[in-house]
Amino acid sequence: MTKTVEFGKDLTGLEGLSLAQITTILDVAEPFKEISERPIKKVPVLRGKTIVNLFYEPSTRTRVSFEFAEKRLSADTVNISGSGSSIVKGESLVDTARNLEAMRIDMVVMRHGSSGAAQFLADRIPSNVINAGDGQHEHPTQGLLDMLTIRDHMGGIEGRRVCIVGDILHSRVARSNIYGLAKLGAEVAVCGPPTLIPHGIEDIGVTVFKRVEEAIEWAEVLNVLRLQLERMEAGYIPSLREYNRFFGISVARLERAPRDVLILHPGPMNRGVEIDSHVADGPHSVILRQVTNGVAIRMAVLYLLAGGSPERAEAAKMENRA
Amino acid sequence: MSRPILLQGGRIIDPSQKLDERLDLLLVDGRVAGIGQALEAPAGCEVLDVAGLIVAPGLVDLHVHLREPGDEHKETIASGARAAVAGGFTSVCAMPNTRPPIDDPAAVGFVRAQGEHAGFAHVYPVGAVSVGLKGEEMTEIGELGAAGAVAISDDGRPVWDSGLLSRALEYASAFDIPYFSHSEELGLSAKGVMNEGTISTSLGLRGIPNAAEDAAVARDCIIAELTGGQLHILHVSTRGAVEIVRAAKARGVRVTAEVTPHHLSLTDEAVRGYRTEAKMNPPLRAAADVSAVRDALVEGVIDCIATDHAPHHYEDKEREFDDAPFGVVGLETALGVCVRDLVVAGRLDLPELIDRLSCRPAKIAGLPAGTLAEGSPADVVVFDAEGRWTCQPEEFYSLSRNTPFAGQELVGRVVMTLVSGRTVHNRREDR
Repeated sequence: MTKTVEFGKDLTGLEGLSLAQITTILDVAEPFKEISERPIKKVPVLRGKTIVNLFYEPSTRTRVSFEFAEKRLSADTVNISGSGSSIVKGESLVDTARNLEAMRIDMVVMRHGSSGAAQFLADRIPSNVINAGDGQHEHPTQGLLDMLTIRDHMGGIEGRRVCIVGDILHSRVARSNIYGLAKLGAEVAVCGPPTLIPHGIEDIGVTVFKRVEEAIEWAEVLNVLRLQLERMEAGYIPSLREYNRFFGISVARLERAPRDVLILHPGPMNRGVEIDSHVADGPHSVILRQVTNGVAIRMAVLYLLAGGSPERAEAAKMENRA
Repeated sequence: MSRPILLQGGRIIDPSQKLDERLDLLLVDGRVAGIGQALEAPAGCEVLDVAGLIVAPGLVDLHVHLREPGDEHKETIASGARAAVAGGFTSVCAMPNTRPPIDDPAAVGFVRAQGEHAGFAHVYPVGAVSVGLKGEEMTEIGELGAAGAVAISDDGRPVWDSGLLSRALEYASAFDIPYFSHSEELGLSAKGVMNEGTISTSLGLRGIPNAAEDAAVARDCIIAELTGGQLHILHVSTRGAVEIVRAAKARGVRVTAEVTPHHLSLTDEAVRGYRTEAKMNPPLRAAADVSAVRDALVEGVIDCIATDHAPHHYEDKEREFDDAPFGVVGLETALGVCVRDLVVAGRLDLPELIDRLSCRPAKIAGLPAGTLAEGSPADVVVFDAEGRWTCQPEEFYSLSRNTPFAGQELVGRVVMTLVSGRTVHNRREDR
């Protein structure tokens, strides 16, 4: 057995993780995939642990995915969302955190609109904090599930050419992908309208394509980001129609590629805007595999932060086998 | 009047008289009565041994926010003026972006009266350029000046209407009132919260590009040139703004500029970890900018140092980075940061630093300060230029603690501050 990889208290982003830590999470997710395929989808790995899902921003996919992961590992979970809680009564994040802590919880999974909010919380409470997306900063479990999906279909990540397409400027998914993929040795590029590409992104080792045709020519994997309607309203792009014409991923564009290109999308999709339906539903799309892998990745993260040993993951999930 | 005071045996540095010598300084009736070798103490005189210490004209800060009226939980005029003298400042200019703003003669009178009542540093009000700081209608600039305002500014915001700015600069010139400009192109800063660069990209925080300052400084210089008005650029932070000011000065435009200790000392690296105590506007910039503003201060393209002392309650800073307010306190750390990063670092000598912290700012605002010439106000700072100390915000006299220098070792410590011939700060007794 190789040396056990240690994890910190929290998972706030992939920027701060080592190659060994990322690889360990992906490896631990492998045995956990099978749990969701059983008729009785439950193992006692986190029995007795209390987890709060604190969602300041609306989310369906990520929240449900975390909740399934928690429940399938037998944790007790509570969901708090923006509406119908003291969040909307103007309680500060630090006070909310202290109140939760006073109820003796073990973990917090948080989605928040401000970059750095997960770190802020992690610095102030002793519970484990898992970032489920903070502003435009990181969405580490999304990055991990994207990498697991690429690894599943490409057989590995090192040396693979991955291009993230769309609104990079406002995207936490893009940042987590960039940091994680770079650590695993992928070549990473981004493509989108220049108004949605952050200045200085080349300095962190990313290639920038201004034309989506060039990106498709180059890439083996495209991770297509959701284009939010607010970006048009804020004047970053003139219209969704024009965005689709120049940056949308269509069958016609993919047919000109020199190879098959694996298509990922973190969801929710705007069909006909950043991605055409025939691509989303096509043979090279792994978008639903990402969703399935998301549950396994989140189980792995919960298990490891709770102190689970990477080597014992296979055994741990077998304990309650009927 | 208070007793005469004789400061004996200090190194007197007064750039206004090109003086740097071990001499005695005699203060009588709130004025400088003499400088010389072995001065005789008049009857009833208090004699203070200041051997080994620097004796200089009290420091002058053109740019502080004292939060009164409206936000007295952050700072009051009294607490801010007390913090000022603890930092060696004997004259401060209080910005008008209070609640309500200082945009009429009565409000100007209120700030002056509160300052006089406190009895620490001289507090000089800066009046608003526009009514309510709304950028629409010009204030009664002549009346503000008559009531005691030494400058006009809408600081915190730019005067975005170029027509209004041009009329205000032109009109104020009749009263010799300078315009202090917060130069920011709001369309370019676009609700950013830190410097735009690799760090903002990595933290996922909205960036404020250098161009937001450069473009505004350029416009302001052009309008100053058009009108002949006196323009003072607040808190210069970019290399581009330095070049624009340099070019404007070369053309003879009446423009001066200031830089803050934090922009001279720190880069946007200080924001990492989402540290809200490193959030201010303009933001901490890249290393190339820090190096450019330092060089500009040495050359004289940037005329002086001002703190932009901006107190905030700890609750306001203890929150998500996006939501925390801009600003840091600076009155009690300015000298220690500047001696460390400019004098010890070999960029300026002590007389040059005092020139930029006292003589030059006094001239810009036309204040009776910045000199120890006989007959001038007895505003004096006595400091230990080699004194090393650790910045501990809980020891501040300011009501607020929001400093990016907490825990750092600073060099240069104020020992005593005298205002109008009275000792208003004395470390030997206080602590």
